[in-house]
Amino acid sequence: MSKLPGWKDLAIGGVIPEGGTSAQKSVAGWRIYRPVHKPDKCIHCLRCWIFCPDSAIQVKDGKVVGIDYQHCKGCGICARECPEKVQAIEMKLEGEQDKG
Amino acid sequence: MAKLESLTGNEAAAHALRQARPDVAAAYPITPQTELMHKFAEFVANGEVDTEVILVESEHSAMSACIGASAAGARTVTATSACGLALMWEVVYVAASCRLPIVMPEVNRALSGPINIHCDTSDTMGCRDSGWIQIYAENAQEAYDSILQAFRIAEHPDVLLPVMVPFDGFIISHTNEPVEMLSDEDAASFVGEYRPRRTLLDVDHPMTVGPLDLPEWYFEHKRQQVEAMRCAHAVIREVGEEFGRRFGRRYGFLDTYRTEDAEVVIVALGSTCGTARAAADEARDAGIRAGVVKLRVFRPFPGAELRAALAKARAIGVLDRAISFGLEGGPVFHEVRSHLYGDARPILPFVYGLGGRDINVEQIVGVFRKLQGARGLEHPVEFIGLRE
Repeated sequence: MSKLPGWKDLAIGGVIPEGGTSAQKSVAGWRIYRPVHKPDKCIHCLRCWIFCPDSAIQVKDGKVVGIDYQHCKGCGICARECPEKVQAIEMKLEGEQDKG
Repeated sequence: MAKLESLTGNEAAAHALRQARPDVAAAYPITPQTELMHKFAEFVANGEVDTEVILVESEHSAMSACIGASAAGARTVTATSACGLALMWEVVYVAASCRLPIVMPEVNRALSGPINIHCDTSDTMGCRDSGWIQIYAENAQEAYDSILQAFRIAEHPDVLLPVMVPFDGFIISHTNEPVEMLSDEDAASFVGEYRPRRTLLDVDHPMTVGPLDLPEWYFEHKRQQVEAMRCAHAVIREVGEEFGRRFGRRYGFLDTYRTEDAEVVIVALGSTCGTARAAADEARDAGIRAGVVKLRVFRPFPGAELRAALAKARAIGVLDRAISFGLEGGPVFHEVRSHLYGDARPILPFVYGLGGRDINVEQIVGVFRKLQGARGLEHPVEFIGLRE
């Protein structure tokens, strides 16, 4: 904590004096369940990308390539919105995602 | 040039708001404040001031709207009383901690219950720790002058804190008095333009207002508020002196009356001070060397000025129009005694006038008599005008 700026060096009023700073903040620790993307099942309809409230679905050239776990809060909306017949995103208890 | 008008306190306050030309006003009616914003809305409807008036459904919404408007860079005003202030409680603190220079006349009324619409200071005393500057007015003239000064104080770059100007419900708010108003031009030139350094509407410099402030940051922001209150001390003095130089009515943190040689001195707030001065004259006729200190600024508390004003008193009585249950004496008493720490003089707590009960000259002469005979340091609170 001693490396953080003192009260004289901070913007007053708790203002964050620049834009786009939420990208610098990791919310990985908020997650209880982790969305795990299964590329073999994904049809790249991008419903998850549309609905994700934290812009945490990573897309390249129109295809889902992964999940930004620094900004995913584990809300599960992506898994819910993934079409029922596809189910390319599975919510797994954090820490158990490698257990198969 | 200045002109003399017959105005109620509420009307005088509404004129001060009009002359400060706010960009935004948001308020909700509550007795005894209602007439104030009613009058202000009339000025807006008549085109006498170009203010955006936001209709809201509660005081919580009123202050919330003010916070948004002020963060967007608008000069912003509201007004309330008692239960209205209580309903906006949460956001009263947010306005101060976001450092938004909102100006709010507050018409003092007892905070329920049982429900009562008349004057005491239980409403504003309750939020003395909210981070707002508090300037209490004795009469309609002081309410008018202090509201004009409030904009200068609130918007000063070293301060940037909201300011409330409390004055006594009905006694001041609904009583006609002669008020010397400034011309619109003089008022505008004194108050000046509000030029916020940063605003939410400046899209080239985006910022976030009111983010989550967790343990590693919150304490530092509170310390900044402490500093702003300390800086406000000098600004209140400068603004009060400048007002005096330009318009002939000089303002400080407190006023003294016949304290130079006074043995017994009463400290009070608001409209009661006029009664106390009359009582001091009467007590002097009866051979008691009596004086009065009127506290005008309660936040930031003018400790050094108060100690100087009371330097020669042998005994001090503090009149509180509010009560702290479970504590002997009201908030003004405790703060006065705290600032006289280490003092061996008797300092006596009195509570009076709750729920608008009148206090008269004779009763305050009785306080001076009591002070004259006071010895020692332990004094239970006395209730003036209470039926046993």
